[in-house]
Amino acid sequence: MNIAVLSGKGGTGKTTVSTNLALVLKANYIDCDVEEPNGFIFLKPSDINKKEVEVENPFIDYAKCTHCGDCSNVCQFNALARVKECIILFEKLCHSCGVCKIVCKHGAIEYEKRTIGVIEDGNSNDIQCKRGVLNVGEPMAVPIIKELLKNLNSGTNILDCSPGTSCNVVNTLQNVDLAVLVTEPSEFGLHDLKMAVELVRKFTIPMGIVINKNTSDENIITKYCREENIPLLGYLPYRRDIAKQYSTGAMLIENKEYRSFFKNIAKNVKEASLWN
Amino acid sequence: MKIAISATGKDIDSLLDMRFGRCDFFQIHDSESEEFKVVENKGQSSGGGSGIAASQQLIDENVNVIITGNLGPNAFKIIEKADIKSYKCGNISIKNALEKFKNDELEEIIIAGLAHNAMGH
Repeated sequence: MNIAVLSGKGGTGKTTVSTNLALVLKANYIDCDVEEPNGFIFLKPSDINKKEVEVENPFIDYAKCTHCGDCSNVCQFNALARVKECIILFEKLCHSCGVCKIVCKHGAIEYEKRTIGVIEDGNSNDIQCKRGVLNVGEPMAVPIIKELLKNLNSGTNILDCSPGTSCNVVNTLQNVDLAVLVTEPSEFGLHDLKMAVELVRKFTIPMGIVINKNTSDENIITKYCREENIPLLGYLPYRRDIAKQYSTGAMLIENKEYRSFFKNIAKNVKEASLWN
Repeated sequence: MKIAISATGKDIDSLLDMRFGRCDFFQIHDSESEEFKVVENKGQSSGGGSGIAASQQLIDENVNVIITGNLGPNAFKIIEKADIKSYKCGNISIKNALEKFKNDELEEIIIAGLAHNAMGH
């Protein structure tokens, strides 16, 4: 059972909900926000194993290359350019599709491996914690996310997604059974929530909404949930003391009162997971 | 000499487009034959690497000079390698830009600007 936690808008509390929910549900925590994974700050896992993630990029053998430009013409990502007697590779634009090697009539292209990040795997409070970390300066996160989501444990996995509705989120949603959308009662939160809902509906994944920084029982998000017939899974109140505890890197569930908010969300998530 | 200018429109009174990779058109003026040609920028429609696609297009058009607002690091790398000279200009009309170039009033681009036109920076 894989549960994705996504949001649309950034900074709504995906990681707060994911990490605390993982502990309450005794589920594994998988940080798929590989551009800035921060779940480990709260879960503080130990015994971490690391595994490098590699992509393949073309390598041009200039002894064989005739500068015909077939490779640069065929590249859909503009990762190759032909300039005079030279083919220039922009490795960060390469999607490792292999088409340049196929079209090269002279056998001048081979693929070489290049490391773009790492997968880390550890334990915290008897749950497995995994995360992908994209190297600074690398623009493409999807290869790391794909590697991260291979061979997930058979139990319950909480997938902490990237913000937005980009390729990173789309790839994370590929094998998901339930989506938990975290948002806040602001215009911006609602606007981006709508985009996230649209995406989740494309995948026909059951979903529910968690309101963070909740200010009242009736707000633009509760109204939206009613109109769109999306269940509300729970909320976290907008309070300075909660933000303060969060800012120390402590888990919110260490506090009995905050724990009850997550217990409630967990109960509703469990119920929602039976819809499938 | 073939001079390519990033442009917002197709005629000589159109404004220069400050963007290189994402401009709509390139106007290519031949200073000897006085012929002039407009091509749609292939980089404009690309998902990524627009500056590279635009540079490749201008290299294939055998241009000698590029006049634009800024060149990103990837485009700059290719254009430098192709020995094409590039010049910085504001968003004035193509006619005025050509005039300024002829009078040697444009500054040569010798370093790359920020990637993605410094979006988000």
